[in-house]
Amino acid sequence: MRRLTLGIAACAAFAFGASTASAQDITVGFVTSLSGPASSIGLNYEKGINAAYAYQAEVDGHKINLVKLDDGSDPSAATQNARKLVQQNHVDLMIGTSSAPGTNAMLTVANELKVPFIGISPVNVPIPKEGHPWGIAVPQTPNLMVKVIADRMKREGIKTVGFIGFTDSWGDLVYNGAKAAEKNGDPQVTSNERYTRTDTSVTAQALKVMATKPDALLDGGSATQAALPLLEMRKLGFKGNFYGTPALLNRDFVRIGGKAADGVQVSAGPVIVTSQLPDSHFSKKIGTKFHEVFKKVNNSEADDGFSGYSFDGWLIFLNAAKVALKTAKPGTPEFHEALMQAIYSNKDVAGVHSVYNFTPKSYYGVDDRSLVVVKLVDGKWVYQP
Amino acid sequence: MNSQIAAILTMDGVATGAIYVLIALGFVLIFAVTRIIFVPFGDITAFTALTLADLEAKRLPGTASMIAVLALAAALMEVAALLRSGATNRIPRALIYYLVLPLVPATIVWATAGLAMPAPLRIALTMALILPLAPLLDRIVFRPIADASVLLLLIVSVALHFALVGIGLLFFGPEGVRTQSLVDYSAMIAGTPVSGETLLIVASAAFFSFLLYLFFNFTLTGKALHATAMNRTGARLMGIRPQQSGTIAFLLGSLLAAVSGVLIAPVNTIFYDSGFLIGLKAFVGAIIGGLVSFPVTAIGSVLVGVLESFAAFQSSPFKEVIVFSVLIPVLLWRSWSFVHADEEDEE
Repeated sequence: MRRLTLGIAACAAFAFGASTASAQDITVGFVTSLSGPASSIGLNYEKGINAAYAYQAEVDGHKINLVKLDDGSDPSAATQNARKLVQQNHVDLMIGTSSAPGTNAMLTVANELKVPFIGISPVNVPIPKEGHPWGIAVPQTPNLMVKVIADRMKREGIKTVGFIGFTDSWGDLVYNGAKAAEKNGDPQVTSNERYTRTDTSVTAQALKVMATKPDALLDGGSATQAALPLLEMRKLGFKGNFYGTPALLNRDFVRIGGKAADGVQVSAGPVIVTSQLPDSHFSKKIGTKFHEVFKKVNNSEADDGFSGYSFDGWLIFLNAAKVALKTAKPGTPEFHEALMQAIYSNKDVAGVHSVYNFTPKSYYGVDDRSLVVVKLVDGKWVYQP
Repeated sequence: MNSQIAAILTMDGVATGAIYVLIALGFVLIFAVTRIIFVPFGDITAFTALTLADLEAKRLPGTASMIAVLALAAALMEVAALLRSGATNRIPRALIYYLVLPLVPATIVWATAGLAMPAPLRIALTMALILPLAPLLDRIVFRPIADASVLLLLIVSVALHFALVGIGLLFFGPEGVRTQSLVDYSAMIAGTPVSGETLLIVASAAFFSFLLYLFFNFTLTGKALHATAMNRTGARLMGIRPQQSGTIAFLLGSLLAAVSGVLIAPVNTIFYDSGFLIGLKAFVGAIIGGLVSFPVTAIGSVLVGVLESFAAFQSSPFKEVIVFSVLIPVLLWRSWSFVHADEEDEE
């Protein structure tokens, strides 16, 4: 209902207020998946943006209008939504969406129509040859997710690590990340075993990993079924530690994994363990604020990583808008250009996930600081400094 | 690969294969009697596991309302059909079979939802809940087109599978489940540790295969089924009702799917859509048996399980490719070595 009201408010602002004070309002479009297969994480993004809007809804006296749309987990609907936001609602900036294909689709539209875009899922659209790209991506790169955990293995004296992961592109990303880390002196990867979400058994893969006698195991699965290799390895008597990526941060993974998953260490955005961070950590102050606002707005705890991406996207926008408002008026192409340049010129923007430094050379602006290592102890994720 | 690894792989393969045996026997049974390749078989297996997990978590399983809706639809169709043919005196009987009987376990589950129950009772309830599923689907979907060609039945069957996967997502949600172990026992066979679960799976598969053998050879109903499988028209002339035979075949199929679901639930995480791949591999086993022979089907299914296990060890990314590639030589061998008596021509 609120979405509808906001949408109507934004449309009304456009229809009646072209020459009045509301022309000074900034309009932001937000797209996420509230239906379809991606909706389970899409809802988290939605809650994150609600918290962000409650956190701050104006910049230097300029009110911000937020228009929210559902893409139904469909990339072509994401494309239509992006066009609609730009051409009908005349947004100054877009934020979206909960699936990688949908985010790529929106970024393509942003590059074409020259409206700044903040992606809250991973993107892999080629950088435009002329000019600068019109978008950025908030999340950590998969390579970084693996590198941080591989560095931790090295610190703990682990020389070799076995790998079991999904047969899909996620498994590839994790395996390639581990291989890339290996070149920088991180543990050697001894196996490349794969399984699918619907497999009935990973005994054979686990045996093969055991035969290479690794010190530890890297889990390249995601969500619930990531627990399967851990259960099987423990059953076969594997004594080494388990490591994984943020894909394991899932309530059902903890439930299914039970005792076998206890002690698994994964890389994670600091927002997962805000309350356990030291006061000196960049994410402590803003993260605490985020969790407070989130709870007030959504009546639930922010125990996922996704809502944090929406919130960080909003922070990046707020910081850029502050700079851009000095040189241009909202709703003009000059303002869009100024916003994009401000996103690039702002340095060390602290969010709940990371400290962001964007450049026109890459969509990503994160570094090692964007991930901490957490360990599963008695069903709870505990920060490991 | 040393002998120890080979032994563990074989053990794992036989356990997986035993699950496939149960499902493949169901495939052959239903196909022989009704000429339907019942694609949603694996889905029923998955639904059983999900139902059991829901009962274990003291939740009302989605299957209860699913069965209620299906029973209502089937009863309506049956009553309408009876009214049209003027056989109103058979309506009470139809209502008992299609409405009251399936609703009994659903009502019990609904009434006891949230109560802690011992494991055997949970399993019994789950099986009772799942049993009417296949016969009800048969009544609603397949009975109206019972005389259609094998191809049409197959296409409808595939469509039914997709519908069931969607319904599964609706009723059970996207997350996977895994139930508590049935037995806490571990044995050493030839220096290889074997879990009690593996033994239980293999024993159940052998037991139910034996029961089927007894059923077909020593009971009148079994012989009637056998007769329908051999020749529908001939069986009808002998006073056997093919529709009734079909219902019994589906009931038995439901039982086999339920048993395999209960067995697989504690050894693997099952999702609402896990059933299809399990069913597809069992189908390879059924194809090895030519969709006719029960013993060859059983052996074929175990072979598929063992092959899958060794393939996963040799080259895990290509596991499925290796398993399904077996179909090609099997089909070639089948089409060369058997003379087809085309069933469609007989009628």
